[in-house]
Amino acid sequence: MATFIEKLGTVDRRVIFLLMALAVILPLAFRMNLPIPIEQGPSKDLYDAIEALPPGSRVLLSFDYDPSTMPELQPMAVALSQHLMTKDIKIVSMALWPMGVSLGNEALTMVGDSLGREEYVDWVNLGYKTGGGVLIVRMGSNIQTVFPNDYDGNPIADMPVMDGVNKLGDFDMIISLSAGDPGIPAWVMMAGDRFNIPIGGGCTAVSAPQFYPYLGTGQMVGLLGGLKGAADYETMVRLEEDNAAPGTATPGMAAQSVAHLVIMLFIIIGNIAYLSTRQKKGGLR
Amino acid sequence: MRLAIPLTITFVAGMIMILQFFVPATQSLGESLQEWYMIVASFAIFLGAMNLITVHVHKIRFKAKNWKYSPVTIAGFAGMVLTGLFMGIEAGRPFDFMFTTMMVPMGATMFSLLAFFVASAAFRAFRASNWRATLLLASAFIVMLGRVPIGSMIWNKIPLVSEWIMQVPNLAGQRAVMIGAAMGMVATSLRMIFGIERSYLGGTD
Repeated sequence: MATFIEKLGTVDRRVIFLLMALAVILPLAFRMNLPIPIEQGPSKDLYDAIEALPPGSRVLLSFDYDPSTMPELQPMAVALSQHLMTKDIKIVSMALWPMGVSLGNEALTMVGDSLGREEYVDWVNLGYKTGGGVLIVRMGSNIQTVFPNDYDGNPIADMPVMDGVNKLGDFDMIISLSAGDPGIPAWVMMAGDRFNIPIGGGCTAVSAPQFYPYLGTGQMVGLLGGLKGAADYETMVRLEEDNAAPGTATPGMAAQSVAHLVIMLFIIIGNIAYLSTRQKKGGLR
Repeated sequence: MRLAIPLTITFVAGMIMILQFFVPATQSLGESLQEWYMIVASFAIFLGAMNLITVHVHKIRFKAKNWKYSPVTIAGFAGMVLTGLFMGIEAGRPFDFMFTTMMVPMGATMFSLLAFFVASAAFRAFRASNWRATLLLASAFIVMLGRVPIGSMIWNKIPLVSEWIMQVPNLAGQRAVMIGAAMGMVATSLRMIFGIERSYLGGTD
């Protein structure tokens, strides 16, 4: 007859789903807030790199994601836009993913309106073009041949925000918020390495480990990894600004904390049941 | 002839793209090829749309498995395309409304479901069956705790240990994978340019 511990090892997955749902819902419902400690790391490095840019600098912000990864990447888009606009840095945005255009526009419009920044003067959204890495290379020699008009169909040549920006090399930094391919690797290889432009990025938590080699070699100046990276950045921006809008990543960290603990608890239970069964069958080897 | 033409095109295009880095005279040719690529890639969207319609009409006609979802797919596709084409895609238009209120939450929901499957899969498969698996398990626990504020509340050095795992063992492994993949990519590209690798043309040889 199976012992209680062995039975735990075969718990119905619906129980796991229910506990997981509660682990996510309850911290959000009760607005549980945990302090976000800011330590030196890829998130702080990106923040410091942007802090080092003088007002009037130009940054290319590429929204290379879609709604599926929005919960992790959209808070980054908002916090980064907030930081850049507060420092009077001009933002030229675009997307290598078709659905990134609208998401980027949403973040830029919201932050721009709250800070009183003007479209076409302080920021512009160029829209989406297919081509990935090849598109980036073409932008390296001339942006207007690739994007003659912005997302709304206005010629970019007449826009104050594009003054002095003809090719990728005219940007002081490129930041890609990336959920896959094309995304950060394309920007690092086709823009950062070829035209010597500092590259920053934001990505989902699952893809963050693959970008650490770029951080190690200095090919990237910083990286926001997953909701943690977004919450780090939100916290750093909020520390600097008195009236910074509340973000969505920081409250999400409480839910993620509890969810991680629940997953770890299940792994421990599963292993106790496994070891108990193995011991019964013939002892530990 | 059917083989010679595509192989010649591949060879010429591939050589131009390599030579443009070394011979300035070929640079403009390389740029033209990049323009062509972008035009061809744009056509792929139409190809994809046509393929989507063909596949789902076929499923409906022959009542294939799960065919009942196909009319929903076609209706969703037609709805987005028609409202976008005839009413514009700017904020406040029906296209934008459908994107914001349907596409965005549905997309986010699908990705969020991963959390449930990860929890279930980890419970069933993540076993400390030998010392290597135990090492992996310990690393996973440290990184999981290091990525959330509760980790530093348990012990303030956990985020530092987590970052060390990411920046040293993870970086070494990732770099090895990247270099290996890059070498493989170079070798495959050269094989394609010189006509040794032909599987991209279809068929078996």
